[in-house]
Amino acid sequence: MASFNKLIDHNKHMSILLFGFMAILFGIFGASIGAYWGGDWITGVVIAVLVAGLYFLISWKFGDSMILASSGARQISHEDSPQLWNVVEEISIAGGMPMPKVYLIEDEAMNAFATGRDPKSASVAITRGLLQNLNREELQGVMAHEMSHVRNYDIRFAMLMAVMVGSIVLLADVVRRSIFYSSLGGRRRRDSRSGGQAQAVLAIAAVVLSIIAPLLATIIQLAVSRQREYLADASAVELTRNPAGLISALKKLTADTAELKNSSQGMQHLYIVNPLLRKKKGKDSLFSTHPALESRIERLEGLMKAYS
Amino acid sequence: MENMLYILLAAAAVLIVYIIYIYNSLVRKKAHADNGWSQIDVQLKRRYDLIPNLVETVKAYAAHEREIFERIASLRSASLAAHSVEETVPLQNQLTGALKSLLAVSENYPDLKANQNFLSLQEELSATENKIAFARQYYNDAVREYNIAISVFPNNLLSGKLGYGPRPLWAVDDASERNAVNVSFG
Repeated sequence: MASFNKLIDHNKHMSILLFGFMAILFGIFGASIGAYWGGDWITGVVIAVLVAGLYFLISWKFGDSMILASSGARQISHEDSPQLWNVVEEISIAGGMPMPKVYLIEDEAMNAFATGRDPKSASVAITRGLLQNLNREELQGVMAHEMSHVRNYDIRFAMLMAVMVGSIVLLADVVRRSIFYSSLGGRRRRDSRSGGQAQAVLAIAAVVLSIIAPLLATIIQLAVSRQREYLADASAVELTRNPAGLISALKKLTADTAELKNSSQGMQHLYIVNPLLRKKKGKDSLFSTHPALESRIERLEGLMKAYS
Repeated sequence: MENMLYILLAAAAVLIVYIIYIYNSLVRKKAHADNGWSQIDVQLKRRYDLIPNLVETVKAYAAHEREIFERIASLRSASLAAHSVEETVPLQNQLTGALKSLLAVSENYPDLKANQNFLSLQEELSATENKIAFARQYYNDAVREYNIAISVFPNNLLSGKLGYGPRPLWAVDDASERNAVNVSFG
């Protein structure tokens, strides 16, 4: 229980750290843009940090609805899919959690994800393809995996990450473009003597950052999410006391090659298996958001031996 | 002399804070255990409501399986009358077993298995069985923590005064019952 709380605390700290990272990055962007356009970098910083704060609040409050809307998920009730609803309810009882909202994504590809701020405001979503291809036991394993993300507060960090990574990529784009256009002579900068050198340095910094930032954000996203997947698999078994269901579900997921239509790079770490790079086999690399399914199955089979 | 007084006062304050801390943690653990039990209770009630429907549906196709219907009916009324955990647990365990054999029996009737009403009742029953099993798992974990919390020193001094006694676990009697959690109905 103690290690479990530590895990949750760690996730909460990561969310704060993420905001710090965001604020600094936005600040540097703001300074560069301010200096580049007018020489007043402090105003740039203040505005940028304010924007970052506002953006953080918006993602905190509406991040889950944004994610659900962009994945094309539709909320369902018990009547729409009694088995899915029951399975989710079973797992929430097992974990002593409130019942989350349940969503269905009309897509043939097999996938699932969970999102929200905390267990009280959580949502779980599953694609039609996955729902149709799993039997009850396998569905239970998958939903237990998702509910573990909920219980461990992975969803909070992942939600903020999805919204933030998206915004960092966007911001970097804006900077790159504004510099590109202005260098074509679209606008003249005032005062080229005294501030010129500082401006040039900041402009270079802006370009470098706009290239590095999305990359950095992605690497953080990846490193964090891989460990989380292993943990969620293990906690799923703790909830269902049945590794076999999740193992056989993961095997079915390995065989699936369809790509999810409404998913983007910013959201790939949310899903139970990577929705973009299917059929990818072999060892984990620096750039995989998810451990290879083979290694996940291997670890679960180890757990199964320990159980019997 | 005055110093002595301050030290005593400080020690008393620390002691009081410590007692409050223990008290709160005991109350919280007791609430968890109570909550675990009420979760089980909700699901047991749901099962009581499902049983007559299910039995009626099966009866329509397999009227001569009299023995199993009667066993379920008598177990249902007996467990409805039971109040304490000690009374309830063995009866509920038997009821779980009886319902499982009812579903096993219905496997022999293809017409029944094609009945939409039966299929949805079957899903609801297996969901309820799972919920009972999971609620029991949660309850047992909560009770185990509670039982430890009330019996370790110095908590036991306080729990005795509060009248917090050990709670019984929901024991599952045989191994096949234990595996019932994982039964798959496709």
